[in-house]
Amino acid sequence: MMQSVTYRKMKNHLMSGLMLACTLAVLVPLGLIFFHILKMGVSSLSLDFFTHVPAPTGEPGGGMANGMVGSAIMIAGASLIGLPVGILGAIYLSEFGGSKVSTLIRFAADVLSGTPSIITGMVAYTLLVVPMKGFSGLAGSVALAMIMIPIVLRTTEEQLKMVPGSLREASLALGVPFWRTSLKVTLRSALSGVLTGVLLAVARIAGETAPLLFTALGNQFWSKNVMQPMAALPLQIFSFAIAPYEDWHRLAWGGALVLVTVMFALSLTARYFGRTRQAG
Amino acid sequence: MNNKVQLEQVNIHFGKTHAVRDISMTFPEHSVTAIIGPSGCGKSTLLRSINRMHDLVPSARVTGKILVDDGDIYDRGVDPVAIRRRVGMVFQKPNPFPAMSIYDNVIAGYKLNGRLPREEADEIVESCLKRVALWDEVKDRLKSNAMMLSGGQQQRLCIARTIAVKPEVILMDEPASALDPISTLKIEELIEELKERYTIIIVTHNMQQAARVSDYTAFLYMGDLVECGETKKIFTTPEQKQTEDYITGRFG
Ligand SMILES: Nc1ncnc2c1ncn2[C@@H]1O[C@H](COP(=O)(O)OP(=O)(O)OP(=O)(O)O)[C@@H](O)[C@H]1O
Ligand SMILES: [Mg+2]
Repeated sequence: MMQSVTYRKMKNHLMSGLMLACTLAVLVPLGLIFFHILKMGVSSLSLDFFTHVPAPTGEPGGGMANGMVGSAIMIAGASLIGLPVGILGAIYLSEFGGSKVSTLIRFAADVLSGTPSIITGMVAYTLLVVPMKGFSGLAGSVALAMIMIPIVLRTTEEQLKMVPGSLREASLALGVPFWRTSLKVTLRSALSGVLTGVLLAVARIAGETAPLLFTALGNQFWSKNVMQPMAALPLQIFSFAIAPYEDWHRLAWGGALVLVTVMFALSLTARYFGRTRQAG
Repeated sequence: MNNKVQLEQVNIHFGKTHAVRDISMTFPEHSVTAIIGPSGCGKSTLLRSINRMHDLVPSARVTGKILVDDGDIYDRGVDPVAIRRRVGMVFQKPNPFPAMSIYDNVIAGYKLNGRLPREEADEIVESCLKRVALWDEVKDRLKSNAMMLSGGQQQRLCIARTIAVKPEVILMDEPASALDPISTLKIEELIEELKERYTIIIVTHNMQQAARVSDYTAFLYMGDLVECGETKKIFTTPEQKQTEDYITGRFG
């Protein structure tokens, strides 16, 4: 008997040790990436970096301001398209669902979220860039929205389904129409969880490069017109990193640091919302 | 006395389940009618048909007539939302809106449907909370979250929320079964007062409660209406053997 207890304890220690090791194995690469980017990028972060467009080839200095602004515009555009579609779609699935149509929509969303983002870019290219005869920020936004929609749709649906039915009934019994109940009671109750999903989706598209390659294309200059080719931070990182100039490499590291920091902040905020919901 | 609600040969199916079988009965105005019967006999199902809550269950089918003031609420062209404003409902488990304050919960029926002028809102909140005898307990913390209240207080808040939209009929599905004896007593006293203004239909598992609060009692068994009549009579000289057995606790 005694022996089996010691044996069990040993096994217990062994297993927890193994799990700890696995956790560290996840953390180590993450730490390595972050610290390497920090080391390489922090020196190129100056005021110029945040306020200037890239300097002409061969000249020193310059920044990535246009890329950051372009990314912000395209993310905003993608959210403008993706959030209503994703959230209203999720309300349909969770509140009116159960039909064959819902099964089809869920399946489509799952396939869409598994689609490589370069293909999403190709689709936006054929649908928008070709007929409009030019690359544009709008096409970039649409491509990003296509990535965003399935993420928002499925996370929101999960959150809505967790709202107890008794709340919906309470509202309906007061003579509140079903659609108002869905928006003002069900969605409202799930809001923090929905917000978490939205932030994670934004973080995801903030770093997407492939779908922008042949939609937004990129731009060396200020570009605030969504009908024109538009700069984006990930695109700039890509083109600067493969350029043969030392100066540009440093800018690319700076851009990478900004991007990683933004995504990190978004994930943390998302976590925070998730946490407060559980506590409340 | 006027009949406020009248059921004529009501049948309710869920898919193949025949949950309520051919029930005809009346609910007199300004009275309390208790619906009793063993678990699964169709009490909740019958109750929920009176404000069209089954509309949300795709498999549910209601046939027959349910008249509120002589109008069939299942008639074509009748808006279920309008019916639910006239026929309110209080549920078994207190279900205040968790994201709202006590104050907002009382006026939820207005706020969720649009706007309500501040003064009018103040007035409704105070009068409704007074009527459910909750005002003195919460008047200093109207803006705090409704989930801070005890179960019994939450249930009285839910009743306040229901009467705030001025219904004519109030359906209650075991409104006190999740509460302690003192809160239960308060709810029963409240029902007694509410019947002056409203017609109340209450489902309960508690025989004493049915005897205490109701004027009329209906006994359901396996979806059938076995017997219904004045509470006094049902509890002293029931006509059916089944009713007597159930009331005296021999089965159910
Ligand atoms: N939404 C539903 N879908 C399918 N069947 C249902 C549904 N609601 C109720 N039923 C069935 O209808 C019958 C009556 O149920 P009901 O809830 O009305 O019983 P009850 O008398 O209220 O019981 P209890 O005292 O336990 O609350 C049961 O057989 C139940 O399984
Ligand atoms: Mg029931």
